[in-house]
Amino acid sequence: QAKMSRPVQARRLEGIDKNIWVDFVKLAATYSTVNLGQGFPDFPPPDFLKEAFMRALSGENHMLHQYTRAFGHPLLVKMLAQFFGKLLGRDLDPMTNVMVTVGAYQALFCCFQAFVDEGDEVIIIEPFFDCYEPMVKMAGGMPVFVPLRPKAPKDGKLMSSADWQLDPAELASKFSERTKVIVLNSPNNPLGKVFSRGELELIADLCVKHDILCISDEVYEWLVYDGKEHIRIASLRGMWDRTVIIGSAGKTFSATGWKVGWTVGPNRLLQHLRTVHQNSVYHCATVAQEAVAQGFQRELDLYGKPESYFIQLPKLLQQKRDWLVQSLDAVGMKPIVPEGTYFLVADISEFKSDVPDVTDSDEPYDSRFAKWMVKNKGLAAIPLSAFYCGAHKNNYDHFIRFCFAKEEATLKAANDILQKWRQEKTRP
Amino acid sequence: MAFRHKNTRRIEGLDSNVWVEFTKVAADPSIVNLGQGLPDISPPSYVKEELTKAAAVDRLNQYTRGFGHPSLVKVLSQVYERVCGRKIDPLTDILVTVGAYGSLFSTIQALIEEGDEVIIIEPFYDCYEPMVKMAGAKPVFIPLRYKNDGASASSADWVLDPAELANKFNSKTKAIILNTPHNPMGKVFTREELQVIADLCIKHDTLCISDEVYEWLVYKGNKHIKIATLPGMWERTVTIGSAGKTYSVTGWKLGWSIGPQNLIKHLQVVHQNTLYTCPTPLQEALAQAFWIDYKRMDDPDCYFYSLSRELESKRDRMAQLLQEAGLKPVIPDGGYFMIVDVSTLNVDLSDVDEKQPYDYKFVKWMIASKKLSAIPLSAFCGPETKRQFEKYIRFCFIKKDSTLDAAEVILKNWNKQ
Repeated sequence: QAKMSRPVQARRLEGIDKNIWVDFVKLAATYSTVNLGQGFPDFPPPDFLKEAFMRALSGENHMLHQYTRAFGHPLLVKMLAQFFGKLLGRDLDPMTNVMVTVGAYQALFCCFQAFVDEGDEVIIIEPFFDCYEPMVKMAGGMPVFVPLRPKAPKDGKLMSSADWQLDPAELASKFSERTKVIVLNSPNNPLGKVFSRGELELIADLCVKHDILCISDEVYEWLVYDGKEHIRIASLRGMWDRTVIIGSAGKTFSATGWKVGWTVGPNRLLQHLRTVHQNSVYHCATVAQEAVAQGFQRELDLYGKPESYFIQLPKLLQQKRDWLVQSLDAVGMKPIVPEGTYFLVADISEFKSDVPDVTDSDEPYDSRFAKWMVKNKGLAAIPLSAFYCGAHKNNYDHFIRFCFAKEEATLKAANDILQKWRQEKTRP
Repeated sequence: MAFRHKNTRRIEGLDSNVWVEFTKVAADPSIVNLGQGLPDISPPSYVKEELTKAAAVDRLNQYTRGFGHPSLVKVLSQVYERVCGRKIDPLTDILVTVGAYGSLFSTIQALIEEGDEVIIIEPFYDCYEPMVKMAGAKPVFIPLRYKNDGASASSADWVLDPAELANKFNSKTKAIILNTPHNPMGKVFTREELQVIADLCIKHDTLCISDEVYEWLVYKGNKHIKIATLPGMWERTVTIGSAGKTYSVTGWKLGWSIGPQNLIKHLQVVHQNTLYTCPTPLQEALAQAFWIDYKRMDDPDCYFYSLSRELESKRDRMAQLLQEAGLKPVIPDGGYFMIVDVSTLNVDLSDVDEKQPYDYKFVKWMIASKKLSAIPLSAFCGPETKRQFEKYIRFCFIKKDSTLDAAEVILKNWNKQ
């Protein structure tokens, strides 16, 4: 019978079963003494947030253990509408312009399922957070990749994430009749690039010209350094109506394990996200939403003030960034100084001799390097090729990504490993 | 401009939803809400305490293992090994999801596609139909039918016609969705009834998606049987469970799918491409609560059994109140819902203009004039069966005494207006 000869799984799973995190998380758990791989802080969420969670639990109201409003806990959507309304200079309706999701990950899923049909093209800027590609494929869409290309830094300076840029003509050439969506991630994971106004206007102009949608993944919106500004593409002319903004409590409040995210956008677009959401998970857990809402209340009250967590966290992380930059530079791993996020990509070319090239291997060089490094040096990082599509994995195969949202002790330990490694290399 | 911003075909027509309509209406605190299925009783105190403990541990506020927090999948494998009498690998045979709802979605997205047919038993938990459609497949409905007995109605009186069921299976049938104990009916499928379904699944090489969220809530004289334990069924069944229903914590939104590796691995692929991981502190707290009850599974004080006893008396009270008001409830053998035939009240709503089924109009009228809410049963039916069930409404009775007291007052005074 035809059924018995067919695979049991649906065709939509074709080509999306592999996932680098499964491998690398396991390796880090087995071998690493210092884990700068997967992106999560090893320091706790701020006290005010933990306290908000405890308050929600200890209160009289045990109904916080039951379902809340499916599209977002009333207090949370109210705070998000207020907060982002202020940032965008718009009047936002909490019921229709905001939807809460299970992390930004689920927000992305809802967007692709709502807007990408079989045969639709989706432009993805490389390097990219790895889930975009399989999500587009699962929705039957065609990912179309356009790379950020590194320009040589000014003499004597370290490369910056700002030196990785889109070629305007190349970008324009990627748009076709079938283009439905472009995915923007700024600040960008893994490079840490913070797109400038000029760069965003370039993208916005093309969106308007081709009348396409923009999914704007802004989970690292608060993590920008050196006084740079995070600009929201939805605030550019012609963009609000065609953009879904995605945010994350995990990144905003250093609580990745709470899995609270959100989407902000026009009702015209959000109504379709609601349809996907109500037919996939429906409700998000209540208590964490209550706590995040209170976190936003506090931040709204302290907005722009030095005690604001949105000012303190980037300040703290910038120091850690600078520390790691110095560490890497001192041993010959060339860091690309990130303008934002808590990731840093470094060029490991000078260490290539430790991991000889193998001509018959399918695996990209940086992946083999990263695996060797965690097994032999106990230092976990992620190969940059993980953030490229299959065809382009070997284009930039001598870079690895470090996460620096780590306690001082962790970063010091990483430095010790790097120093020792360097010494071993220079010994006669 | 419009066409490019249009929604995808997969969600066309799936935007409306009975809950969106009725939960809004019942949110008014002056309404006695017996509609949506959520407890207004407190979860057990040790469950709440475990969450407080978990949230105080720093690393438990960060990501955990995508397919399920290690301590949670471990205890789930222990509990279900005991129940099923077979070895269950915590890493390959279990997926933790965002509620049983998320398990249903992961299962359907993983295993169902365009060209497939999926058998759904009516009345059904309303999400089955849109989820099957969103996967591009065709829902094939078969109703539970009332055995003409004459005696007072029990959920056991509603049965599938074996010949009718057999006719629904063909070479395109990819899966059947089973829900036992059943929402909204409260039916607990017997071993014989499950065997009929199992025989057809094996004969047609069909999968079984078994929604068993109310598995612990079975009343005296009834036993919950897992279809996956019938011969030939483990390899073709995904069994779904829910923390929300097990521990009265619907707001934790944790559920799980259990089955053979060759099926669960595909659910895991869906999961890693949809939300990747579930919240950590909730999973840790749930794991600890499960350890407490796992250790006392031989003890009547185990929450799995004590909750069931508590609900049985609420069921009996609810039934009595409804009967005294002149209504005909269908006494459920399990679950925490009760359906009631309201036609005996002869409420004339023909002047209500809306093109909705009678039960939708009745519930809206009841909310407005009696300040009591329920859910219309036709929301749980396919298009052909709506007529058959439009004289029924569903009440939820996992409610504290004061809520049931308030319902009692309304029901006692029903005819005095």
